[in-house]
Amino acid sequence: MRFLALLAAALLLSGSALAREAAPLADDEVVEKRLVVIAEELRCLVCQNESLAGSRADLAEDLRREVRGLIKQGKTDQEIKDFLVSRYGDFVLYRPPVKSTTWLLWAGPFVLLLVGLAVLIAYLRRRSGQVAPAELSEDDKKRAEALLKD
Amino acid sequence: MNRFLLPLGLFIVLLGFLAVGLNRDPREVPSPLVGKPAPAFEVAQLGDPAKTFSPKDMLGKVWLFNVWASWCVSCRQEHPVLVDYAKSHGITVVGLDYKDQRMDGLRWLAQFGDPYLLSAFDLDGRVGINYGVYGVPETYLIDKAGIIQYKHIGPITPEAMVQKILPKMKELEK
Repeated sequence: MRFLALLAAALLLSGSALAREAAPLADDEVVEKRLVVIAEELRCLVCQNESLAGSRADLAEDLRREVRGLIKQGKTDQEIKDFLVSRYGDFVLYRPPVKSTTWLLWAGPFVLLLVGLAVLIAYLRRRSGQVAPAELSEDDKKRAEALLKD
Repeated sequence: MNRFLLPLGLFIVLLGFLAVGLNRDPREVPSPLVGKPAPAFEVAQLGDPAKTFSPKDMLGKVWLFNVWASWCVSCRQEHPVLVDYAKSHGITVVGLDYKDQRMDGLRWLAQFGDPYLLSAFDLDGRVGINYGVYGVPETYLIDKAGIIQYKHIGPITPEAMVQKILPKMKELEK
């Protein structure tokens, strides 16, 4: 009898231990959310068209582990990006920083736009000088008025 | 005739850009570590877990730090070159067995030969991350002061060895 009671108690206890709310997949949701935000901005070096957040490459998993560690240490986003840039170069950033070597990359499209505008304006000016506005003769005016009246 | 010169000129410039751009290998990402001190670490050796290895043990020597793994297919292509040149030219090569199992690494060396002075054992890949390793094999040329002078990405071919690595090593030995 005593054995049965003990067994029942054990079963009850184990039941309460098992029936828990489902744990979230990640240990710490706040860390995981920040990890995704940061990793979306970083390139996976193995599959170069994938972000660090989306890649399933081994290295991406390791790097996510490192970034997770840095987040837990309370590093800022900039410090975490600097950590990766110091090892893998600016290539890991999807948004390259503005500096002397990337100046052309950032300013190039605008320079091209300005050049295009300048060419367009010069072309239009030259053309307006060449094409004389057609004058209407008196007869043409009368014909036009007659047609408009109808 | 004159009106065709400008478009033709632009076309040739574009062709030049494409020729350079398309002949570059996007897998070769220049390392920001070249010219900087080799990152410090201390990990167990592959051959003897009781002993550790740290890059500062190599100060005063010009050496190659070669990242390899038994699971790495292109390392098989590179390995005979390392074995050959380590023996014939007496170059110092330290290995880093990257994210490998100890038994697999040892078996691999027993099977294909061991060109390394020793191999450090990087189980979790942290040393690799500190060196900016993103694809095995990769090789770093480190000078007497412990500065990384050159990084070779991908398997070392005999041509790369003769034309790039050996001349640089000879230069640094002086």
